[in-house]
Amino acid sequence: MSQPAKPAPPAGRANAKKELSEHFKQYKHVWVFVEQERGHVHPVSWELMGSGRRLADKLGVELAAVVIGPAGEATSAAAAESFCYGADLAYIVADDVLTDYRNESYTKALTDLVNTYKPEILLLGATTLGRDLAGAVATTLLTGLTADCTELEVDADNSLAATRPTFGGSLLCTIYTLNFRPQMATVRPRVMEMPERVEKPVGRIIEFPLGMVEDDIVTKILAFVPDRDKATSNLAYADIVVAGGMGLNSLENFQLVRQLAGVLGAEYGCSRPLVQKGWVSADRQIGQTGKTIRPKLYIAAGISGAIQHRVGVDGADLIVAINTDKNAPIFDFAHLAIVTDAIRLLPALTEAFRKRLSPHTRDRIAS
Amino acid sequence: MHIVVCIKQVPDSAQIRVHPVTNTIMRQGVPTIINPYDLFALEEALRLRDKFGGEVTVLTMGPPSAEDSLRKALTFGANRAVLLTDRFFAGADTLATSYALASAIRKIGATYGEPDIVFTGKQTIDGDTAQVGPGICKRLDFLQLTYVSKVASLDLAGRSIEVERRSEGGVQVLRSRLPCLITMLEGTNEVRRGTMLNALNAARAEVVKWSAQDAGVEDISKCGLRGSPTVVKRVFAPTARSEKAVVVEPAGRPPADALIDEIFKLRPKLEADMFELARGF
Repeated sequence: MSQPAKPAPPAGRANAKKELSEHFKQYKHVWVFVEQERGHVHPVSWELMGSGRRLADKLGVELAAVVIGPAGEATSAAAAESFCYGADLAYIVADDVLTDYRNESYTKALTDLVNTYKPEILLLGATTLGRDLAGAVATTLLTGLTADCTELEVDADNSLAATRPTFGGSLLCTIYTLNFRPQMATVRPRVMEMPERVEKPVGRIIEFPLGMVEDDIVTKILAFVPDRDKATSNLAYADIVVAGGMGLNSLENFQLVRQLAGVLGAEYGCSRPLVQKGWVSADRQIGQTGKTIRPKLYIAAGISGAIQHRVGVDGADLIVAINTDKNAPIFDFAHLAIVTDAIRLLPALTEAFRKRLSPHTRDRIAS
Repeated sequence: MHIVVCIKQVPDSAQIRVHPVTNTIMRQGVPTIINPYDLFALEEALRLRDKFGGEVTVLTMGPPSAEDSLRKALTFGANRAVLLTDRFFAGADTLATSYALASAIRKIGATYGEPDIVFTGKQTIDGDTAQVGPGICKRLDFLQLTYVSKVASLDLAGRSIEVERRSEGGVQVLRSRLPCLITMLEGTNEVRRGTMLNALNAARAEVVKWSAQDAGVEDISKCGLRGSPTVVKRVFAPTARSEKAVVVEPAGRPPADALIDEIFKLRPKLEADMFELARGF
């Protein structure tokens, strides 16, 4: 029998020696873009600050927060808060023109900052805002950008090694930005662990002018309509999540997932094919291209567990997999496996949980 | 009015298989489709054209076989299709891809009329980066409107456009100017069926094929693998957890009860947490 072939290395420069130009050798420090909208910092920024701190420590450099927003309380509070999550310093671009996110003004602010202070690594959240901004900034700076990373490391020669699921989603790949700076990456919310908040009232602040007035910005915001249904966006931060996949066979059977979630006070979700079939709305999709979750308990019913799904749930504390196929990939990363038909088990599980979690039972356990 | 729609031919991700021994992706025999998100972009472009007149040009970069997707776009009613194909484009990352596509869009503009709007899908289902749209936009120095759910109004004479765009926690209503680049959100419109007449025309239509040189690419070193600042250094399969899953074998007990027992055995603290959560429902 022949030796299993190794995956072919990508052709070309994959193993090319890093030849960083003298100019780029000046680029130092790790930056995290602190995303704030309407006075609130998106939690992904602090999650990234945890990763950024680790990278900066390994490189022996400083970690900086980049805070862009309107002049006033919220923006300076965001900068102060960044110190509590590990930033050594904060670059602030504060101008009322930056009250709402617009690509033109934010791209200018961030690219000017990079060109002036030259960071080696720049991290952003893979939110709609972060992706809109990162793509524009990377192209303006003509540097590399790796989307939706699941792991960030620095390797032996201090290059950023950014790992993400690759083509088709069945494999992971590690991507380098060899000859350009900064090395840019985006990470989805909840992929990285939230670092512990430590009270740290001081850090260096460097203020930087926007150099743009309202008349310079073509795009105008006419209105902002906030989402009515806040509950649908809570999946990423839910403590318990129940999800269903193609093993459920029908939209009708998917209701079994919702019923169990209802009894548990949990959020419900699904794998990608169910969204593609139109059974479940896209904001319920769990996985690389949907939501990343970090619940205490995750119950996956009839989900086979492709890598896209896996990277979305790897942060869960306890993964329970229900699947008829004992060889399903989900059993490689689940903590608890039950090889059975979810369509039959789910109603029984709902009923059993209902009994266990009834006030009567609680009182009995408490006494 | 002239609209350019960038589409990508992608493998039908639902049908991709991984080689059991080598862990590499088996692309042979996997059917290709137009990236589903791009269809919403194409539909929106066709609707604007139907309403305001003008032409829709569909553009893709890819191997010669990507012509299939362009013909499909023609059956939906696009006026013209351009295939950018050249071995120099192979191995392009998003930055190099945006360079090549922007070059081709400039050439399309010079040849068939300057575009007022460039449309793309919000991202592709194979790369999933959402970076090529913004990349093209910056290279063309257009205004950037991503995650657009609706083109609310268009004033061609006034060169003004109003869109609704998904942002964190809500929808922004924006007014911007032409020319702009729009990336469309999924589910924003109902993609039309191709007509028999269009299908007949599409089968006969000429798909314009451009090499890098034909497209007026100025610097070939900015294309393909050479023009890509990012390189893939390692491709690998995820490792299984070191500890294998505990398999629940409900010997004599109802499986549901056995499973719950195991859950609380592994995470005793969870029981109290679950009482708290369940109480609210």
